[in-house]
Amino acid sequence: MSTRSRKASAGLHITLVFASVIAVFPVAWVALTSLKTDRATWTRPEKLGTLGVSNYTQVLGETRFLTWFGNSLVVAAGTTVLGVLIAASAGYAASRMRFPGKRPLMWTFLVTQMFPAAVLIVPLYNVMSDLGLLDSYGGLILAQCTIAVPYCAWMLKGYFDTIPVSIDEAGRIDGLSPLGTFWRLIVPLARPGISVTVFYSFITAWGEVAFASVFMQSEGHYTLPIGMATFVSDFKAEWGLLTAGSVLVMLPAAAVFFLVQRHLVAGLTAGGVKS
Amino acid sequence: MTTFTTRPQAGVAPPVPPPRRRVRGLLTRHWYAWAMVTPVVVVIGALVMFPLVKGIYLSLTDATEMNSGRTIGVNEIPATYSFVGFDNYIDVLSGADGAFYSRLLWTVQWTVACVTLHFTIGLGLALLLNRAMRLRGLYRMLLILPWAVPPFVAAFGWRLILNEQGGVANSVLGLFGIDAVNWLGEPLAAKISVIMVNVWLGVPFMMVALLGGLQTVPKDLYEAAEMDGATAWQQFRAVTLPGLRPVSGTVILLGTIWTFNQFPVIALLTGGGPGGSTNILVTEAYERAFQGIRDYSGAATYGALIASMLVVFAFFYKRWLAKQSEEVFG
Repeated sequence: MSTRSRKASAGLHITLVFASVIAVFPVAWVALTSLKTDRATWTRPEKLGTLGVSNYTQVLGETRFLTWFGNSLVVAAGTTVLGVLIAASAGYAASRMRFPGKRPLMWTFLVTQMFPAAVLIVPLYNVMSDLGLLDSYGGLILAQCTIAVPYCAWMLKGYFDTIPVSIDEAGRIDGLSPLGTFWRLIVPLARPGISVTVFYSFITAWGEVAFASVFMQSEGHYTLPIGMATFVSDFKAEWGLLTAGSVLVMLPAAAVFFLVQRHLVAGLTAGGVKS
Repeated sequence: MTTFTTRPQAGVAPPVPPPRRRVRGLLTRHWYAWAMVTPVVVVIGALVMFPLVKGIYLSLTDATEMNSGRTIGVNEIPATYSFVGFDNYIDVLSGADGAFYSRLLWTVQWTVACVTLHFTIGLGLALLLNRAMRLRGLYRMLLILPWAVPPFVAAFGWRLILNEQGGVANSVLGLFGIDAVNWLGEPLAAKISVIMVNVWLGVPFMMVALLGGLQTVPKDLYEAAEMDGATAWQQFRAVTLPGLRPVSGTVILLGTIWTFNQFPVIALLTGGGPGGSTNILVTEAYERAFQGIRDYSGAATYGALIASMLVVFAFFYKRWLAKQSEEVFG
């Protein structure tokens, strides 16, 4: 590209700085508010008051934030493990073999991963209630699997498609069973794809709101979004707790995100349609 | 894309044998594949298909919280709801129940506005970032930050910012002498707020995906265009946009589905309010099912309508995918 004039260059940087400020400001504002220790200053943008970490000690020590954090971890990990495990073998079969029922199966993956929770939530609620699975980790994990399984299967099939079939054939000639080929050759080769799938289904389940808000009814079982929503309602506004909690949630999420984001874009545009 | 198959077939189809041997033949030939997909089929069958059928059945009844079977203490109250045929659908589609068409219209406005803004802002930023300049890595990192924020956290943060009493958004407006806006309390302002937050969340994905796409456009095309005396705008129209087509098609589709189904932003920012004005179809269905007297059949009807819209959408999406891969690989 030809050298830019001074003016054009300044315009470019001004636009980018402006956009960056908009991108960063809300996060920075939450972080700043979380350090304001004076209740009265939470909703007084022009005042700082004294800064400190008392909001953090309060959210960690006096609320059930850590319980909710743990619940979110359990549910997200359970959903991811279950989803990826069973989806991987189906994704491999769909990628490598021809069998009657394959087309309808792929069609089902495509359609069900578009289903929002609203489509299934009422009947699932009734089913879970009949089975006594409401307000339990197991029930929520199963419900989240309706999102994770089709999505993982679709993504993983896409990844397996990019691995040359000649590798399978070599494995077969060396006497491996199809399952052995899959487990010993393809899974190690597909590790980058699998890790992105794991990350994405984990994050999706972790922040899921619709199922979690209906299925988890007792405070001790809330996940993070549901529990943290109780800090600020029509009747109270514990902005200090909410912002401190938000920062504690954001830090690990952002750290992992920046590690995997390059693979994430490739994975999503190549194979998935799931949010 | 992933729809083309170059797998060797398990063998050329043999002449059709008599029925019983055919079944056995299918089994011996395919049992391995079937065994590998069984867990997924069982899970999807039990957790998606069965509830889906049940949901469709519920949408044909008048089930609410009051007449569904439930257990209170030791007493079991049997379900007393009855089959009403297509009454719910007639109610909803004829507009008799009031909300459906306004929700549908708002869902379409919301989806179109969000996806258009995602795409144009994302493309603009991608074009700016696709140049050699100082601090490029830093800008890129700052600009994708919103994507790293879990949507529910973003919704909480924006509630703090847009808060009518002492939110920072209103104080910034105040600096310019503009009156405070009741961001989350007025229907129009609330609609603008939810779109704004969703745009803030969604632009980075578009930007990064389109930036990747821009880097695949061959550089010599630009040189050729420059030789022919094309202006920057002409280069953009004739080289950049066509070169981006495979990526932009995919991200627009993804964005459309994600936005249509966006739950956390609306549910946690405005809760659908004020007065349901920011409820899109998915949050409306949810609200019917779980707020006030729980209207299970009404929510199931909404769910079935949403599902059928998505099936139609998926059908065209599939056709589009097939056409794309034909263009690329055929």
